[in-house]
Amino acid sequence: MAAFTVARSSSRLINGLRNSFGGLARVKHGVAAATASQVSLQQQCRRYAVGQLSVKERIDKKRQEALLGGGQPRIDAQHKKGKLTARERIELLLDPESFVEYDMFVEHRCSDFGMEQDRNKFPGDSVVTGQGRINGRLVYVFSQDFTVFGGSLSGAHAQKICKVMDQAMMVGAPVIGLNDSGGARIQEGVESLAGYADIFLRNVLASGVVPQISLIMGPCAGGAVYSPALTDFTFMVKDTSYLFITGPDVVKSVTNEDVTQEELGGAKTHTAVSGVAHYAFENDVDALLNLRDFFNFLPLSNQDAAPVMESHDPSDRLVPAMDTIVPSETTKAYDMLDIIHAIVDEKNFFEIMPSYAKNIVVGFARMDGRTVGIVGNQPKVASGCLDINSSVKGARFVRFCDAFNIPIITFVDVPGFLPGTAQEYGGIIRHGAKLLYAFAEATVPKITIITRKAYGGAYDVMSSKHLRGDVNYAWPSAEVAVMGAKGAVQIIFRGKDSQAEAEAEYVEKFANPFPAAVRGFVDDIIEPSTTRKRICRDLEVLASKKQVNPWKKHANMPL
Amino acid sequence: MAAHISTLSLPRLLVAAKNASLHARWQAVAHSAVRYSTVPVPQEKTFDKILIANRGEIACRVMKTCRMMGIQTVAVHSDVDASAVHVKMADQAVCVGPAPTNQSYLNMDAIMEAVRSTGAQAVHPGYGFLSENKEFARRLAAEGVTFIGPDTHAIQSMGDKIESKLIAKAAQVNTIPGFDGVVETVEDAVRIALDIGYPVMIKASAGGGGKGMRIAWNEEETRDGFRFSTQEAASSFGDSRLLIEKFIDNPRHIEIQVLADKHGNALWLNERECSIQRRNQKVVEEAPSTFLDADTRRAMGEQAVKLAQAVQYSSAGTVEFLVDSHKNFYFLEMNTRLQVEHPITELITGLDLVQQMIRVAKGYPLLHKQEDIPINGWAIESRVYAEDPYKSFGLPSIGRLSQYQEPLNLSNVRVDSGICEGSDISIYYDPMISKLVTYGATRAEALSKMEDALDNYVIRGVTHNIPLLREIITHPRFISGDISTNFLPEVYPDGFKGHQLTAGGQRELLASAAALHVCAQLRAQTFLGTLRVSASSQERRRWDLCVELVGERHPVVVSRTGQTYTVEVGGESLVVSGEWDLASPLLPLKINNTPRMLQCLSRTASGDICLQYLGTSFKVRVLSPLAAELSSFMPEKVPEDTSSILRSPMPGSVVAVSVKPGDTVAEGQEICVIEAMKMQNSMTAAKTGKVKSVHCRAGETVGEGDLLVELE
Repeated sequence: MAAFTVARSSSRLINGLRNSFGGLARVKHGVAAATASQVSLQQQCRRYAVGQLSVKERIDKKRQEALLGGGQPRIDAQHKKGKLTARERIELLLDPESFVEYDMFVEHRCSDFGMEQDRNKFPGDSVVTGQGRINGRLVYVFSQDFTVFGGSLSGAHAQKICKVMDQAMMVGAPVIGLNDSGGARIQEGVESLAGYADIFLRNVLASGVVPQISLIMGPCAGGAVYSPALTDFTFMVKDTSYLFITGPDVVKSVTNEDVTQEELGGAKTHTAVSGVAHYAFENDVDALLNLRDFFNFLPLSNQDAAPVMESHDPSDRLVPAMDTIVPSETTKAYDMLDIIHAIVDEKNFFEIMPSYAKNIVVGFARMDGRTVGIVGNQPKVASGCLDINSSVKGARFVRFCDAFNIPIITFVDVPGFLPGTAQEYGGIIRHGAKLLYAFAEATVPKITIITRKAYGGAYDVMSSKHLRGDVNYAWPSAEVAVMGAKGAVQIIFRGKDSQAEAEAEYVEKFANPFPAAVRGFVDDIIEPSTTRKRICRDLEVLASKKQVNPWKKHANMPL
Repeated sequence: MAAHISTLSLPRLLVAAKNASLHARWQAVAHSAVRYSTVPVPQEKTFDKILIANRGEIACRVMKTCRMMGIQTVAVHSDVDASAVHVKMADQAVCVGPAPTNQSYLNMDAIMEAVRSTGAQAVHPGYGFLSENKEFARRLAAEGVTFIGPDTHAIQSMGDKIESKLIAKAAQVNTIPGFDGVVETVEDAVRIALDIGYPVMIKASAGGGGKGMRIAWNEEETRDGFRFSTQEAASSFGDSRLLIEKFIDNPRHIEIQVLADKHGNALWLNERECSIQRRNQKVVEEAPSTFLDADTRRAMGEQAVKLAQAVQYSSAGTVEFLVDSHKNFYFLEMNTRLQVEHPITELITGLDLVQQMIRVAKGYPLLHKQEDIPINGWAIESRVYAEDPYKSFGLPSIGRLSQYQEPLNLSNVRVDSGICEGSDISIYYDPMISKLVTYGATRAEALSKMEDALDNYVIRGVTHNIPLLREIITHPRFISGDISTNFLPEVYPDGFKGHQLTAGGQRELLASAAALHVCAQLRAQTFLGTLRVSASSQERRRWDLCVELVGERHPVVVSRTGQTYTVEVGGESLVVSGEWDLASPLLPLKINNTPRMLQCLSRTASGDICLQYLGTSFKVRVLSPLAAELSSFMPEKVPEDTSSILRSPMPGSVVAVSVKPGDTVAEGQEICVIEAMKMQNSMTAAKTGKVKSVHCRAGETVGEGDLLVELE
């Protein structure tokens, strides 16, 4: 974690901030003294003020100050950038009047570089924390306040975050972090670094206990990025949020690369290229409103079942369009999203990482009101093959679902793992193993539908019966085999002339669901139009599924 | 299923499972229980098996009558149509070639082979394709197969515009003043135009569908028109012959349905008013016409019958007339086939035209006399197309019907379609989705039914012209019957812009959106089962909201009692009630006790709601006052345009490139095909435009992100 160097760039920012505040002659407590140095003057003021103002007035005053964060000019600057303030964000995210704030009076404890001066103290410091409700359900939140020292992380800031995380773990409720911070509070030195580590530790301990969501709404750089990276979902806001280890200046000085902030760590980069972020929203308002919607898919903790909402979509609805969706030519593509949208409740599918590794589709939906995780190969992109990126994307999603009791529905149309030097050198063996591992390890209800191809090792990986799939269906168009006819025939009948005949024989034998069905590797061959009905019925039965993996300290998955 | 494995061939079983999915079949059968004929028809032996040499709605339409008459049906189809509705509906189906029509539905050799192999005794050609192809009729006759339509002589003489005009003249049918012959040179054209008197119409002799047609108001335009029409006629029909005639200003297009047998009997089955057209293609048709009086109708009918008899016509046919404002009518052309808009004639006469065509083809004489032909009530047909009505009153759009529901729950509604939910509207064929026909005792009744039917019609996945159709049938000029073939350009001189909201309409729209939003919000707080951490319930009775419509913000206050929402908007209070089924595409509401059928096209978590109201879709955004206020800080985004560049999404080889520089492509049209992992991936245009450059060739290997094609 050498990357705290970013603090260099943020320190400039903070200095800038300090300068601007220097100009604002903040007269605390309304008392002026004519003599003595500034420091002793302030001390006097304090003593004097105790006498003059009642405690109640002081409380009110502090609260008023806390509500203003870094002050109106900084708030205006934040708005000018198209960003909302920490408090506005919380207000939009949570149900009206549900926010209960903690630590409004906490101030930083730094006494170096003039930080101890009153004008450098802000009640609540650079983060707003507390708990509240989203659609009535409990959630803990912290929202970094860019208007106070650029949202930089002080010891007090970290302590506030740790407090809500600790309580969230005890109560069993999700944590949502709204990140907007320039980085470490350089004036605090190691105190700030310790603060980061305290948060990281809690991120790790909370992982798999309560859902953790990070919404990056401004800069998040240096060591700070590892907190979002440890959480379950990292969402970003287009054009106003950045995530990187080191900023463009450092990149330039170290590697001599010219790159803009947006190219290096903007929402587009992380949702389409790096796969660091899971979704990018248009702006702050859009992001927060959508996050409320997303929250409804999640259970509060690993002790809770996936939520069930009132659904108006009949669970026994037939979907006749599914009978014709798979093209009769096996080489022709179709859109797996068409199947997903048609089958889930009300076409409502929250896709995770829609722009990254598009050959696999993952996301949340509901079946008869119950949250499910959907994994599907996407024949439309790279034929739906599994490669490094899609395996990792799928694996992470499957593990989240398993950790939080969300049943997994897998739609399979996979021609195999992608061959090639790029993949082999990149470690497809080790990365592909992650998806295999995730599906095998999962103990939540697992329902699998083979819509067309299920070839080779990829068949095994995609939540097959052999990996404890609870209900595995095949559509009539399914083909479960080691490989396609052409390749197989070239191996089986090497050197023989009657390739076409041999191919026909192979197709007759293997290019259909029967070989798998006669062995019980698929439980039934179903009419595609009945898929929704079957899944809903199975989920009802599987709701009481209990399966336990052998005791272990923790598993050792191929990282 | 496993038990059958040893005895049955696997592929056959699978094909059966794939194609004849029980459900789809039942649906198709249930659909076909329609009876088009309201008059009794004797049990007659006609044919055992008929092949329908067509696709889509007309193939389905013909099959329904065949089924009712106890005749087996054979469908032909291209490979992309393998699971089309008409294929499922038929008793037998034969693939006659790949997608392009000239290799499948126009492929006479393959269709003849299908006739032979299935033993069909007769062929119904539908409309379009081979329906007016004399060569096809001749080849069928040569093999002793009955062509359900007129004989070759009639097809030939009526198929040629010049010849048909001469015959019509001889039969004393009113014809448009013009030159009876082929115009050889530009100078001839100018001279003839001067003889007839401007304006004149220059058109291709072999033409149809508006191609190769030009109107000229002076000499210069005549010269240009001659040149362009020659080119267009040559490229469209392979026949550059032109003719010139008087151009009738502000005409109506009214046609007479005729029905003739092989014994010299002919009837006219009244008229169809087809004046509402765009680019010479019909959009809305009705029968009867508001314009004709009994005398004119009879005069037109009798002339039409005379013409039919002059060419020994048998079967159903249509004689098209132009009618000017003084009720002078002129023969335009005769269509020697079943017309697209035949259902409206069926509804007002009670005759099943397909059934009559089959009877006549078998040689039975007509059952009716002219005086038996009634005008019962009024019928209106709207052609529902997959096209964008906001562009030139309709530019084709393509896509997959992700959701599709015909308004068949309403009485007196007939929908002739050949597609179903999940069907693809492809670039290969006509983008018609269906013919929506309503019927009533009076025109007003039929029109009001049409409004309901359009409002209840659910089409998702492709752009459609329902906004335009609904505006036409509710336009005061249309309602009063004041129409001509120039109706659309006259009523919408700046192009069609959708329904224009009145102040009251806007209030209704805002109130509906706000109520829907509150309803969805309330449901989002409803968790079933017991929760470990109890949810805090918010008992709210009143919601202050802010609804945005075309950039304007409207404060709205919603309060709720049960399923009824009271919405204060724009100084008025509206009571909105309904079932509030959030899964249904239809949103049947009562607004201040007036029933309104809205459709919810989309609804997002960030408050965006797209509603179809009075046919047109409107985008609104419902926000809390706080969210609305904070939204004003959000930056305006300029959408980045990547739609003009097509890059390869994966490494692979280029199988085919379907465009070349200068081509115009429609959004969603295939540009090239990339094969990767033995899978063919069709790359499509992200927008409509002209191809600027093509950077790949068939057979070439491309890497991920390689530039394939640039659009302008």
